[in-house]
Amino acid sequence: MKKSRRNFLKFAGLSAATLCFSPAAGALAAGHGTPHPKPNADQLKAKRWAMVVDTRKLNTDEAIAPLVKACHSIHNVPDIPGNKNIKWLWAGSYEETFPEQPNNFPSEDLERRRFILLCNHCDQPPCVRVCPTKATFQRPDGIVAMDYHRCIGCRYCMAGCPYGSRSFNWGEPRDNLDLKALNKEFPTRMRGVVEKCNFCVERLAQGKLPACVEASNGALTFGDLSDPDSEVRKVLKENYTIRRKPALGTQPSVYYII
Amino acid sequence: MLEKALKGSPKYWGWLGFLLVLIGIGAACWVWQLTVGLKITGMNRDVSWGFYIAQFTYLVGVAASGVMIVLPYYFHHYKTFRHMVIFGEFMAIAAVVMCLGFIVVDIGQPQRMLNVLLHPTPNSILFWDMVVLNGYLFLNLLIGWICLEKDRLHLPHPKWLKPIIYTSIIWAFSIHTVTAFLYQGLPGRHYWLTAILAARFLASAFCSGPALLLLVVLITKRVTSFDPGREAIRTLAKIITYAMAVNVFFFLLEIFTAFYSNIPGHMHSMAYLFTGIHGHNGLVPWMWTATVFGLGSLALLVTPALRDNHSLLPWTLGILVIATWIDKGLGLLIGGFTPNPFEQVTVYWPTGPELLISLMVYATGALVLTVLYKIATEVKQDLEVSQKDEVPGPA
Repeated sequence: MKKSRRNFLKFAGLSAATLCFSPAAGALAAGHGTPHPKPNADQLKAKRWAMVVDTRKLNTDEAIAPLVKACHSIHNVPDIPGNKNIKWLWAGSYEETFPEQPNNFPSEDLERRRFILLCNHCDQPPCVRVCPTKATFQRPDGIVAMDYHRCIGCRYCMAGCPYGSRSFNWGEPRDNLDLKALNKEFPTRMRGVVEKCNFCVERLAQGKLPACVEASNGALTFGDLSDPDSEVRKVLKENYTIRRKPALGTQPSVYYII
Repeated sequence: MLEKALKGSPKYWGWLGFLLVLIGIGAACWVWQLTVGLKITGMNRDVSWGFYIAQFTYLVGVAASGVMIVLPYYFHHYKTFRHMVIFGEFMAIAAVVMCLGFIVVDIGQPQRMLNVLLHPTPNSILFWDMVVLNGYLFLNLLIGWICLEKDRLHLPHPKWLKPIIYTSIIWAFSIHTVTAFLYQGLPGRHYWLTAILAARFLASAFCSGPALLLLVVLITKRVTSFDPGREAIRTLAKIITYAMAVNVFFFLLEIFTAFYSNIPGHMHSMAYLFTGIHGHNGLVPWMWTATVFGLGSLALLVTPALRDNHSLLPWTLGILVIATWIDKGLGLLIGGFTPNPFEQVTVYWPTGPELLISLMVYATGALVLTVLYKIATEVKQDLEVSQKDEVPGPA
């Protein structure tokens, strides 16, 4: 018994030593000579990203459609007929967008307006609170991001989100994607995971604004909420804005100019 | 003791065979679901949990309800339950097995399930639900098995088990409380966002679970020579009566709060369930059936003469189980998701494959229950707790 334990320890020690000194292990540790990926020098940074939607400028399905197309094609979001669809960005009526601020006699203009809907990237996100695996998490810049490879598909976040911003891949998403038109720069998802708008983290990292902002002809303002001199703060200072379901205390980062 | 499950009458094997066939059919559907995804269910973007999670919720209650027998026996030394205790514990085991089964069939990436352990996240109630459910399963397996083994050997139950048993009693309350917390802590789901939800869950569990248990025990009494004793049945029926009264009372509190305050968000889900909104009224007949059955069962239970009429009792229990199942296994979940966050109605109804997969889980639970009850009744019969005697029990 004693002998075999000693043998085992010897063997373990020897193995550890081999691993430490062998060239293969060295190469593994150094990642074939390449250092850790360096962040892009041009990347856009913020303490808390936020978006202001000017619904005076952007308020029809026709005007919103190009934004949706830009977002969904860049992120390989499938279009699935029926009630199992995936949506990152879409349009809704005033009643759907602000169901807790109803008005029995709204202005004709407001009644006709369409509002873009997307993840609010809440400051106090319920989806992050409920996720049992940290697959949904909040980045230091306020963006509520997802790890599609960690998500177990329990859909607790969908029950937690009071804005209906989350979609689940009920089936194989590629079945409803044009595989020839895929954006190779962004992964497609697999069935059985949840997804949503990511405020274009991958574009911010390359120094680009979110795709919908870029396609909005100035109707969307994007910037750092914590910076008093930022463009979003300027727009918020000058306009009357509301947020969706403010009573829930989630502190959305998406503001709507009415 | 397991060997007792391996010897049985043709009826016993026939029943197990039948359950295995059901499991097989459901398993085929499950393999299909694993291959193509959850799109074969009726769940959708708005009603993103469905029949599976609703059954899970109902069965957590059934699991917790074993405590209604264990608690009087251990806390109040109510000896009449002496031979029922094991059946409460074994039903809890079968119920937790089904709970875990319904979670596994519901999640989109079951092979990643261990992520819940690999990346433990205490701020998620689901993490705690995993902890309390598995803990409860372990506690009941340990306690049930050791107690039964000691009974069989005519030995007293070990002293060291006592603190574990007391823990399991508190634990039973925790599993259903935590399951209610899954729902009641979510902003924007008005039907669930109520402090009384956990209390409602417990009340509904403590009437429906023992009712189910009593039904199973009555069946056990018919097919074996085991008899829990008339007095035990009477007491359990009384417990069910109180719990059902509290359950109905709690629900009426919800109705009052929603409709007297006249706050639309609080009324919408109930309106959807009981009257239908925007022309969608698929759940209306179900909810009114639950209302009639629930109140009917309560009327039959509160009347002592009718409650103690043991040929009527199975029917009373039957409609009680149906009523509470509709309330919690159907209405609670769908009502919570309807209307959706945009105040619109998306209709959900389970599909055939979804129901067959659920059947698989239920049949698995029935299989576990049958085997465990087979063992328990055999041991009890060896102890001569049979229909001839009025519960003599071990010394």
